[in-house]
Amino acid sequence: MDLTQLLTNQLPTLVAVILGVPAVLVGYIVAFEFAVRQLPPQHQPRVRPWIWVGPALVFVSVFLVYPAVDTIRISLENRQGNWVGLANYQQILSGFPTGGAWIAIRDNLYWLVLYTGFVLLFGMLFAVLADRVPYETPVKSLIFMPMAISFVALGVIWKFMYSYQSPGLPQTGTLNFVVTSLFHQPPITWLQDERVNNLALITAAVWGQVGFAMVILSAALKGIPGELLEAARVDGAGELTIFRRVIFPLMMPTITVVGTTLVIFALKAFDVVYVLTFGNYNTEVLANLAYKELFTFSNAGVSGAVAVLLLLTVIPVLIFNLRQFRAVEARR
Amino acid sequence: MRALSLRRGLILAVITALAGAACAPGQSNGNSSTGAGKIGGSVNVLATWSGSEQDSFMAMIQPFETQTGVTVNYESTRDLNAVLNTRVQAGNPPELAGLPGPGQMFDFAKAGKLVQLDNVLDMSAMNDQYSSSWVKLGQYNGKTYSIFIKTSLKGLVFYDPKNFAAKNYQEPKTWNDLMTLQSTIKSSGTTPWCITLESGSASGWPGTDQIKEIVLSQSGINVYNDWWAGKHKWSSPEIKKAWQTWGQVIGTNDSNVFGGKQQMLATNFGDVGQPMFLNPPKCYMVNQGSFISDFFTKYPSAPKPITDFKFFSLPDVNPSNAGSHVVAGDLFAMFKSTPQARALIKYLTTPEAQAIWVKRGGAISPNKKVALSDYPDELSRSVGQIMTTTKIAAFDAGDLMPNAMQSAWWSAVLKFVNDQGQLDTILADLDKVQATAYTS
Repeated sequence: MDLTQLLTNQLPTLVAVILGVPAVLVGYIVAFEFAVRQLPPQHQPRVRPWIWVGPALVFVSVFLVYPAVDTIRISLENRQGNWVGLANYQQILSGFPTGGAWIAIRDNLYWLVLYTGFVLLFGMLFAVLADRVPYETPVKSLIFMPMAISFVALGVIWKFMYSYQSPGLPQTGTLNFVVTSLFHQPPITWLQDERVNNLALITAAVWGQVGFAMVILSAALKGIPGELLEAARVDGAGELTIFRRVIFPLMMPTITVVGTTLVIFALKAFDVVYVLTFGNYNTEVLANLAYKELFTFSNAGVSGAVAVLLLLTVIPVLIFNLRQFRAVEARR
Repeated sequence: MRALSLRRGLILAVITALAGAACAPGQSNGNSSTGAGKIGGSVNVLATWSGSEQDSFMAMIQPFETQTGVTVNYESTRDLNAVLNTRVQAGNPPELAGLPGPGQMFDFAKAGKLVQLDNVLDMSAMNDQYSSSWVKLGQYNGKTYSIFIKTSLKGLVFYDPKNFAAKNYQEPKTWNDLMTLQSTIKSSGTTPWCITLESGSASGWPGTDQIKEIVLSQSGINVYNDWWAGKHKWSSPEIKKAWQTWGQVIGTNDSNVFGGKQQMLATNFGDVGQPMFLNPPKCYMVNQGSFISDFFTKYPSAPKPITDFKFFSLPDVNPSNAGSHVVAGDLFAMFKSTPQARALIKYLTTPEAQAIWVKRGGAISPNKKVALSDYPDELSRSVGQIMTTTKIAAFDAGDLMPNAMQSAWWSAVLKFVNDQGQLDTILADLDKVQATAYTS
């Protein structure tokens, strides 16, 4: 049954996609290039770029611009699809500091500062330290490994790490085992205790992302010419001074690009929160709130408003990131 | 002449088929549970059961397949809501499907997606065999759109009889007895209750179960029905009182519960009984649905029903509401009417069919004709007995509420356990959700 379906249905579809998509694209280019050639030569350079950018523009409009605009439209409607103006925005922005979406906004700020900060800090630390030891490759592979784990699996792993048993029972969670047997303190409900739970979630996410920062920063580090460091040493600079005055300034553009990328990751934080707490115990973040409003509460309007809020926060970072990226490119 | 006879033959064939279908199952006392004879063909069924539940369902329909020659194509999904919605919207629903709850049944029935079953089922047999609550729970606007083939009972207080015997504790008969018992246990230096609430994105639901039991037995079925339907406010005296009563059960600062709020919030609902089976026990009682015994028996210490755990029914807060119980169950509805589907849904209501699952364990039949001797052990037999003698079966209020309301309630329980002093704020927030959740 499954095999016949595979052979008669799925396989032909696959072949059609693999052969068909390039064929259509090639056909498109050939046909329009032919058409452009018919134009008078002085007009050709003005039209030609649009032919080549065209498909990308179409895809971006259909899959990105249209949904974004439609989300804005939905965010101005209620459940029944009637126009309600800014009521949904009013709902999520009212009740400061604990009502509406304020807990989520606060927690996203935690993520923004702590997640970005820790990933950069540890990424930098591992990149610089690993650079100086002969077993650099195995160390870096080890730190990079969590990158291969999906965020959901990562959440499950950390759920075991944070597991809690009442005092007196054997602790099954790694962290609480350490807390009780090494430090002789009562176990901590890492995910429920509001003093530590946001930090606990961020730690899990940092563990998963440090490898990414480390690899890119390490590449930038290797790109610094050895002569510069030599010259600094000849001039009598210590290793710390070299790092502060030579390595760090030269790596700054890369750090900024990685940092802004991480800021966007932090604003989009979802998977870890969804798996570990589902936003309960004041660990809500905007992306999880949008998910809940749409899929659990079937409240597309409010969900849209949260999504637009998120979009508005990300846009400045995005622009800054692009500018920075261009600046780095220009310097090459 | 020739054409006429052909037509006559056709009519005759149709009548025979109809008659065959009409006198098919449902006629409990008659043994002809699948009297339709050979029908042939196939029927598609979609439900959430997988693993051992799927095996039991397949065992249940096996006699049907042999007798009718109908092949049942069973498909299982854990994300029933999404799959069913997509397939119904695409105009390609399975003939028969399990439904997540009455709320979804109402939606589908309102949208005209379900086949009305009053003429498909033998309603007089249904009314004879099912208690009227179970028939009504399958109805929308007074018309039958769905049936229950297995159920579960909530509000059972499990305890270890050895622990009770050692301390000479008795099963409480009244709510006051229960309150006395819990303070006796507490003064002996142990916490009376084990309650755990962690359940992923549904965390908090075990607490909502306890609150809805209190609402039902404290304020009665009318308040209960108005309340889940969104016509009775959360901040009303009755509902607030139910929360406060639950607050008395879990004690000031959750002090009546083993491990306090940390244990309650951080422990998975399935592990609730573990501390009760320790020696010495860390708690004496667990209030949960009948299904929890399945979890108990899989603990490392492998407790056994009757010797290691028994239950009593949660006493009525208000004796005038005696005999009412919160129940839950698996609904089944028909999306496309075919002879095979009609025969199968009829067959599933029969005591013969339901006895098969009951014997395999894990199911309580809503059909009174299923013999108590069919239950595999003493414990499930007493659940079956309570179920069939229940005067008022109130379906799980949370499952009847819109998703947004139910989910807000789950979170509200977590907040309440964290700080009981916040009750007024919590109820006001729930009122806000109630004001919008029912409009869609």
